Amino acid sequence: MAKLKIALYWAASCGGCEIATLAIHEKILKLAEVADIVFWPVGMDFKYADVQRMEDNSVDVCLFNGAIRNEENEHMAKLLRAKSKIMIAYGSCSYEGCIPGLSNFYNRQLTFDRVYIETPSTENPKKIFPQTKVKVPEGEIEIPEFYDTVKTLGQTVDVDYFVPGCPPEEKTTWLALEALISGKLPPKGTVISHSAKALCYECPRVREEKKVKKFYRPYEKIPDPEKCLLEQGFLCYGVATRGGCGALCPQANMPCTGCYGPVEGVVDQGAHFLSALSSIIDSNDPEEIQKIIDDIPDPAGTFYRYSLPDSLLRRARIK
Amino acid sequence: MKKIVIDPITRLEGHGKITIFLNDDGSVANTYFQVPELRGFEKFSEGRPAEEMPQITQRICGVCPEAHHMAATKALDDLFHVEPTSTAKKLRELLYSAFYVTDHTTHFYILGAPDFVMGPDAHPAERNILGVIGKVGLELGGAVINTRKQNHWIIQTVGGRPIHPCFGLPGGVSRAINEEERAQIEEIAKQSVEFGKVSLKVFDDVVLKNKTYLDMVLSDTYTQKSYNMGMVDENNKVNFYDGKVRVVGPDGKELCKYAPREYLEHIAERVEPWTYLKFPYLKKVGWKGFVDGKDSGVYRATPLSRLNAADGMATPLAQEAYDKMYSTLGGKPANFTLATHWARLVELLYAAERLLELSRDPEITSPDIRNIPTATPDEGVAIVEAPRGTLTHHYITDERGVIKKCNLIVGTTNNYAPLFMSIKKAAEDFIKPGVEITEGLLNRIEMAWRPYDPCLSCATHALPGQLPLEVTIYDVRGNEVKRLSQGV
Repeated sequence: MAKLKIALYWAASCGGCEIATLAIHEKILKLAEVADIVFWPVGMDFKYADVQRMEDNSVDVCLFNGAIRNEENEHMAKLLRAKSKIMIAYGSCSYEGCIPGLSNFYNRQLTFDRVYIETPSTENPKKIFPQTKVKVPEGEIEIPEFYDTVKTLGQTVDVDYFVPGCPPEEKTTWLALEALISGKLPPKGTVISHSAKALCYECPRVREEKKVKKFYRPYEKIPDPEKCLLEQGFLCYGVATRGGCGALCPQANMPCTGCYGPVEGVVDQGAHFLSALSSIIDSNDPEEIQKIIDDIPDPAGTFYRYSLPDSLLRRARIK
Repeated sequence: MKKIVIDPITRLEGHGKITIFLNDDGSVANTYFQVPELRGFEKFSEGRPAEEMPQITQRICGVCPEAHHMAATKALDDLFHVEPTSTAKKLRELLYSAFYVTDHTTHFYILGAPDFVMGPDAHPAERNILGVIGKVGLELGGAVINTRKQNHWIIQTVGGRPIHPCFGLPGGVSRAINEEERAQIEEIAKQSVEFGKVSLKVFDDVVLKNKTYLDMVLSDTYTQKSYNMGMVDENNKVNFYDGKVRVVGPDGKELCKYAPREYLEHIAERVEPWTYLKFPYLKKVGWKGFVDGKDSGVYRATPLSRLNAADGMATPLAQEAYDKMYSTLGGKPANFTLATHWARLVELLYAAERLLELSRDPEITSPDIRNIPTATPDEGVAIVEAPRGTLTHHYITDERGVIKKCNLIVGTTNNYAPLFMSIKKAAEDFIKPGVEITEGLLNRIEMAWRPYDPCLSCATHALPGQLPLEVTIYDVRGNEVKRLSQGV
């Protein structure tokens, strides 16, 4: 049997997905037996031109991590889509936009103003901003255009599968790779994880009755180590988050922040969490409910911590 | 005029790009080092609850998330005016020491060592970690993998997650460790100390006993006389987790020593239109362009500059290694860029020794890991030493602890100007009229920036192999004249 041809690429990302890909440790040898990596900027010779020269659909699978933040990211996403039979959005940035997607609360100009003008360590009296093309005495040099809005891979090109997580846990990565190696592929559009249900189903904390009068921020009190964090009033996101990671954060006494994305069948993770919250608030008085929710600072940034670009909101409207 | 573009070289929040312009006679007219990416954390952190900053800012870098997590957590202590418990501080430093062991190990063996162990002119196919293992022995190769794996286990156990930990809170940490975990950490620490010693011996055998290499380390091409920055404890010994930032001049004299809250008196950042990354410099000395020397505010924040800025190491074996390094290099400060690899190994040994000390601390398994903040949050600044440079986080919040303003000066950013200068100097020294541009020559240029370990070097942190590099030379009309590549 011919070996699988795999391409790996990063766009706007932190590199955690690259580390996560390698976290399969010794299984990487198993992968090497059945697959050839034909393109991987981090580990192999890097030539955009080589990718350009490849025949369309000549790569079996592309694992693409990182969001689409600038011109170059978009260009590479389109190029790799054309060359690959299967396109996988690997990790939260390419799947949903992730934390850097919170940038969609602002835009390019506001970001530039902050970074290049306002920050107190910046000395920029002439108000210089980076330009895509700059004439220097010796010639012209270029950098890619920075976009107003962070987009997911799925909003840029057609995506076949999604691997959740910031970053995906080792077992999740291997689940995806095993499917590819065995050829037993799930239906197009599948989010590949060990669970389609909420994280709560794999969390060892004891759940009783969810009735909350007040929400607490993680620093405000020490949680009971055995009981459900949400029942204790912490904004644990597990109830609206796909399982599969093994509930690592709740086991370290910290609330889930939602990095595995929405549960199966849910489009908007933030809206799902908000409705889950409303149902556990111990009150029937709409005013009191509103007051309890108002006590949550930054609801949008909290409910859409990882999914703003992929949500129904997508971005804030800037006046 | 000809233009050479090296794109991409590596990542700093993206791919780096080097453009070299040649005069008609083939000599170098100028060099530019561009960073084509920005993600804007300083802006979109606004509006977020401050306590989320350890988990938000670590998404700047998945290679050193621990550094951002730690700087952010300490900034929260300052912001909420809460002193962490003694055990919490020790657990944070313990995790941070384990992180340093893994990070320095990866950098040295996978990124740095191939040039020296295999030689800068070795075939690229051999000039990688596999070549290194072939030469120094499988046993050491196994120890490299094992050291990384074991210390990652410590990070997950203490920090909650293997990548992007979640344990930092204002006033403490979220989880205590038990005796069983402590015992295992102690065992790993012992092995890590041995590994640190062996690594220094490898450096001794391979580099120091080879005159050609030593001469290269001491050569002018790889010398840069800039200011040195690093965090020190109350005895002026190197510290990664806490202390004051000390800056010494290229002549070894102390310029300043500042607490985190004073950083704005000492550091300023310059904007250039051709890159998304800013250039930090010493405010009181001033920006004089891309030049070294006492009158230029350019400073370096690397393992070597940390050692230069300090009076020594706080643990005995690392101190011995420190003394040996400076006696070989002819005293302090050492301005030899390639000696950064050596300094990194001294730090690796220190981190392992510190890990061992902390694992044996009687308080380390105490359940007293959190103080609950009670004061109103307002402003917080914290600094840690990230492996790739001094890392500063500065937040201002409203009275509910929601971020109003955020400023970050990130590890590698400190070194942007010196990196640029090191590349420029190497390019000018190696690309000469009539000299053929070979792969080995390109590698020597690459060797000028590799010691800085510009993040994201998971490029080479990750897989056996050379950093991918392609150079295309264009003539005045933009026609391709020559193409060289390395990396496979």
